[in-house]
Amino acid sequence: MRGTTRTVAVAGISAAALLLAGCGGGGDEGGSTDSGAAAKTGGAITVRGCNPENPLIAGNTSETCGGNVLDVITAKLVKYNVDTAAPENDIAESIETSDNQNFTVKLKKDYKFHDGTVVKAKNFVDAWNYTAYGPNAQLGSYFFEPIEGYADLQSEDPDGDGPQKAPTPKAKELTGLKVVDDTTFTIKTTEKVSNLPVRLGYTAFSPQPDAFFADPKAFGDKPIAAGPYKVDSWTKNAEIKLSKFADYSGARKGNLDNITFKIYQDSNAAYADVQANQLDVTDEVPASAQIDDKYKTDLPDRNLQKPVGVIQTITTAPAKVDPNYGPEIRKAISMAINREAIIKAIFNGTREPATGWVSPVVDGYKADVCGEFCKYDPAKAKEQLAKAGGFKGGKITLSYNADASHKEWTEATCNSIKQALGVDCVATPVVDFSTFRTLIHDRKMKGMFRTGWQMDYPSIENFLAPLYGTGASSNDGDFSDPAFDAKLKEAAAATDAAASNKLYQEAEGIIAKDMATIPLWYSTTTMGWSDKVTNVKVTPFGVPDYAGISLK
Amino acid sequence: MGKYIVRRLLQMIPVVLGATFIIFAMVFALPGDPTAGKCGERPCSPEFVAKFREEHNLNDPLPVQYGKYLGKFVQGDLGTNYYGIPVKDDLAKRYTITGRLALMAIAFEAIIGILAGVLAGVRKGRFIDNLVTVSTLFVISIPVFVIGVLLQYLFGIKWGLFPATVPSLEASTWSLVLPAFVLGSLSIAYVARLTRTNLVENLRADYVRTAAAKGLTKSRAVGVHTLRNSLIPVVTFIGADFGGLLGGAIVTERIFNIQGVGGYIWKGINSRDGVAVVSAVTVLVIVYLLVNLLVDLLYGVLDPRISHD
Repeated sequence: MRGTTRTVAVAGISAAALLLAGCGGGGDEGGSTDSGAAAKTGGAITVRGCNPENPLIAGNTSETCGGNVLDVITAKLVKYNVDTAAPENDIAESIETSDNQNFTVKLKKDYKFHDGTVVKAKNFVDAWNYTAYGPNAQLGSYFFEPIEGYADLQSEDPDGDGPQKAPTPKAKELTGLKVVDDTTFTIKTTEKVSNLPVRLGYTAFSPQPDAFFADPKAFGDKPIAAGPYKVDSWTKNAEIKLSKFADYSGARKGNLDNITFKIYQDSNAAYADVQANQLDVTDEVPASAQIDDKYKTDLPDRNLQKPVGVIQTITTAPAKVDPNYGPEIRKAISMAINREAIIKAIFNGTREPATGWVSPVVDGYKADVCGEFCKYDPAKAKEQLAKAGGFKGGKITLSYNADASHKEWTEATCNSIKQALGVDCVATPVVDFSTFRTLIHDRKMKGMFRTGWQMDYPSIENFLAPLYGTGASSNDGDFSDPAFDAKLKEAAAATDAAASNKLYQEAEGIIAKDMATIPLWYSTTTMGWSDKVTNVKVTPFGVPDYAGISLK
Repeated sequence: MGKYIVRRLLQMIPVVLGATFIIFAMVFALPGDPTAGKCGERPCSPEFVAKFREEHNLNDPLPVQYGKYLGKFVQGDLGTNYYGIPVKDDLAKRYTITGRLALMAIAFEAIIGILAGVLAGVRKGRFIDNLVTVSTLFVISIPVFVIGVLLQYLFGIKWGLFPATVPSLEASTWSLVLPAFVLGSLSIAYVARLTRTNLVENLRADYVRTAAAKGLTKSRAVGVHTLRNSLIPVVTFIGADFGGLLGGAIVTERIFNIQGVGGYIWKGINSRDGVAVVSAVTVLVIVYLLVNLLVDLLYGVLDPRISHD
């Protein structure tokens, strides 16, 4: 997922109104839907950036700073619609399957990399093999897990972090990938994956040119991709300069000639620059400007808010770590949280209370899956607690990482629980994000703790399988339900997208029964821009649609 | 004099070694694994962790790690931070910009602070004295980020007199004026008060009366005889302040988006980036020691009675 320390920290700070009604029509830009043709082309702008944590390699970037840049310089097989998040073919001519397990990908012939070489099937297969191969230690490796042969590319260190080296993996190439000819390749997955085409739009699935494999390290400083913009220069800690790629043959070409990412360490400084018209777009409006919607008066008609694929939840420690938070207790706690009041008091009324475990921006979202258990009702909560036999752990704890602004809402949440249930609840700080995650990962964290999830690709599946599947990578509460696992499998096998979504919704219903985690609220993103630019939109990932921006 | 300087320089070696080791040990004593936060909410793959630990010598015991670090440090290689960027390049750039900022802040301190202090001192109890006393009290009582954000809003956004933030590349001196003033504002107040108090104290001294009695003009008696003596504590303060401004400019740097030393250390500590923190702080320690030496030498210039032979 693309949420690292910074994103997750920011997710807590940047709160904004989630107006589902405004979702389709865009923000304050009102009716301007697909204005690509009418928009003015040419010109240069400066946008807010932050320091990429890793070299700019598509398969090795999991955070937003580098991700935002890669998003606009890479072209993938599919591209997500800016407004609806629906996948549309970009490099792919077609992705076909009859059984959700064997996919045939045909490429359009005229795509070129920034260095002039043609994008061939081989560029995809080589890049994916490289990213998936364990010893290359690429952060995006897990995206290739569904492809046949993935396990043989990994190796476990026999003694954890010890002196022995992990053995070399059995294979170097995924058996599930085969080049047929220059414009065709096939993908075979280990199990049925109904939403594979949706996943293929993520950055980790970008093709890499031959130049990449010669020297991946140097490549990361000046990446070559096939997207609408190319990197001209990257001055560390200062700026990343992009210019329009003239040979990009996709449907959505960039409007501007040059985009410069100016690196900021603080969203307040970027915001000040937008106000002073020294910066054209900031994708983060600081908390101070969100109080009483101040940004709307600071930047009249130059702001936008949109829900993004992020959900905040409370996870309880696995039963073997802390036995006091069983499913029935979780339901009582969930009903004791006054989400509306907390959102109003802490987030200035700018978040949407969660009614389920899936973000409303994705295909397959169903409202109100959580039902009465996500509605504040102190009387029922107390009743539910008594029915569950009362809380036996003495006091409830809610842990958070103290290096981001989580103190206020966790304390408010605890107060709400305390008042409704009559059980003491303490918001417990953990010094910082890395310590916090270590405790959770090592299963040493007791009680409840905050968790957040930013989607990897806009699909309902991404909010379920990685989080609640038995033994799944981000299943922090060790939730396990064979019925849920079976339903996921069934949904992955459904060849019809609607049928598949329906099955995923049923799977969500199963985790609702046991209250796998306590859903809190859905996040949104808020942006502002200078009076020089127009056509600013934001993708469901919360990234500005840079290619669509144009000068007035 | 030369012997004194050599002795002081030699004394620095154990201080620097001791300081680096303590910082090194402290950074590694912090809880939390450096790889834990690197892959978001998802745990990093074992391969990634193994490669990362290998690359950064994290599997060695602390003294070995320190030894390896020091060995490279002596050769002028500060290693790379956890993001693969050479620490030396980063530090050179960051110390340049923070150094410029701190020097400008010191200039503001020295010029405005001493001037205000002298004016207040010689006109003790009059309007200007009260004005300086009250306004410095006002500045001291406001946190620096309030001053920073307020001045940024007024001068940068509302009136557009100064750039609202500092450009990351080729920051002009002009764009640094506002941040430097903010950074130095608190110290300006202290310097003004310190100068005033010392001046008032010294104006009552016997040698000032003697100077007046032998017919020196007031400006000469104050400017040459009294002020020189009164500046010793001020110079001590400014010297110590320079080091403090280098490492402590983080608040100002964030407001004005200056990619400086403070933010580097802060980020390094947060990501448990030991090599980056230790190198940055070591440079800071060396700067402190050199400035201290300079201050000690200045004593001799200001007051010939303090000799270094």
